[in-house]
Amino acid sequence: MNTVKLLAVFAENRPGQAARVTGILARANINIRCVTVASSGTFGVMKLLVNDPDLACSTLQHEGFAATLTDVIAVEMPDKPGALHSVAECLADHDINLANTSGFVANNRAILVVEVQDSTRAGDILKEHGFHVLTQEETMAV
Amino acid sequence: MFWHQEMETLARPALESLQLERLRDTVRRLERVPFYRAKFRESGVTPEAIKSAADIRRLPFTTAADLRENYPDKLLAIPRDEVMRLHTTSGSTGKPKAVFFSKRDVDTAADLIARALCMTGVTRRDVFQNMMSYGLFTGGLVMHYGAEKVGCMVIPAGPGTSERQLLLMQDFGTSVIHILPSYALYFADFLEKKGVDPRKSLALRKAFVGAEAHTEETKRKIEAALGLDVYNSYGLTEMNGPGVAFECEGKCGMHLWEDNFVLEIINPKTCEPAGEGETGELVLTSINREAMPLLRYRTRDLTSLISEPCPCGRTHRRIRRITGRSDDMLIVRGVNIFPQQIERVLMAMPQIGRNYLILLEGLDEMTVKVELSPAAFDGEVGHVADLQNEVAEKLRAELWLRPKVDLVASGSLPIAEGKAKRVIDRRSL
Repeated sequence: MNTVKLLAVFAENRPGQAARVTGILARANINIRCVTVASSGTFGVMKLLVNDPDLACSTLQHEGFAATLTDVIAVEMPDKPGALHSVAECLADHDINLANTSGFVANNRAILVVEVQDSTRAGDILKEHGFHVLTQEETMAV
Repeated sequence: MFWHQEMETLARPALESLQLERLRDTVRRLERVPFYRAKFRESGVTPEAIKSAADIRRLPFTTAADLRENYPDKLLAIPRDEVMRLHTTSGSTGKPKAVFFSKRDVDTAADLIARALCMTGVTRRDVFQNMMSYGLFTGGLVMHYGAEKVGCMVIPAGPGTSERQLLLMQDFGTSVIHILPSYALYFADFLEKKGVDPRKSLALRKAFVGAEAHTEETKRKIEAALGLDVYNSYGLTEMNGPGVAFECEGKCGMHLWEDNFVLEIINPKTCEPAGEGETGELVLTSINREAMPLLRYRTRDLTSLISEPCPCGRTHRRIRRITGRSDDMLIVRGVNIFPQQIERVLMAMPQIGRNYLILLEGLDEMTVKVELSPAAFDGEVGHVADLQNEVAEKLRAELWLRPKVDLVASGSLPIAEGKAKRVIDRRSL
């Protein structure tokens, strides 16, 4: 597998909503590696990279949240100038459009989380070009 | 199936002459009531003056305000010690309205319910769970007596505590329920969350919904979610409570029991009769009540008449689904809006939940809050925004005014205990 599951949660844009989500995940002993929030007026969508996406998703759904999992790719880059460019260029060469993208740096390793139309194909292409595409377990071990 | 076949299928001329006879008798009995006596004197009407059905227009209207002004018992038409039961309306808009029943009235009300249950195929083998509020609200006791009359095993469950409702259904094999449409939608959500498939693990087959105006779309949503047949019903406390009009198996309009009520549909502004099939305010005269008959009561409910005969053979004419109350109408930015119009749009969209709230604030700002259905969420913020726009656009097409739409989390809107409160008006106009 060269894709990882990203958790997406619908939340209203008002105080305390993110805290409710993170509180539920904390009680379920879920570890969060990376989080982004995209807001659109009165609501937002939180996206989280977690150690156990299936458990996290079902726990939130059980609490009444609209939550879902999407396949994304997590690719490791050297933490130096031009690294993101090389990934973007590789995908552009194969006519792959980057949708939502975020990243994190931990222990001197830089991880880019990319949502694309066909993540399996994008993962294969990046691998062929020598990039390290991480598995779910690997993202948590960074 | 018929409960009282002869009366339910009585030929129109015989039914109309029975109405006339009962109307005349009612007017005679109402001469004992000071309120009506004064009105009769004013207009010079006597029972003998009522010679044809059209003469009902010579009688005075009775309004909700008249009932409040004559609270508690000034409209009583029998001696106090002959009264067997009292029901009142909720009194949410001031003083409640008190409605009295004699022993015969209690029995007649139950009889009309029995007719209604029978015509949809309910029998003594059914287990009838009444999920309406007991107490002063007629939806509890009046329906209860009717279902007992049919011989059902009646479970007086009352509303709320869905866990217990489910337990009763499972343990006693409930086959028929009487429920508010808003609670039926909530209960369906509750079953879904519990992972209970009512088609597989419950014996439910029929639901009678009423006490709240609701749309055809809502009814279909309840039928699909609970896997049963929903029959619309109409009634009001002032006219016995439930049992004024019910759907037959054809589920196409509600038969109004014309041997008990004279129906008129009027233009609420001019008070003139509405045209054939035209929507107007339903006006009812109770012609078979002892304790507190009312003449030409302005129900404020908007409907229209179906005059064509029904294939079921009943001669009592049908009224269409109540489309709103003439006093429910909202005026927003100069546009007349009925909450049912909004409901119709929302219920036809599977991507959104069953609960909604209309919020009026500031200087005529309308916001419609709807719940995002968890199944419709794919993680894309853009898709949620698109859906929000789509709801607003559909509402604009229906209302000619584009409200602000807020998609909120499923389960976050308040759940009504009794009748659902769908409109909150905080405008500072």
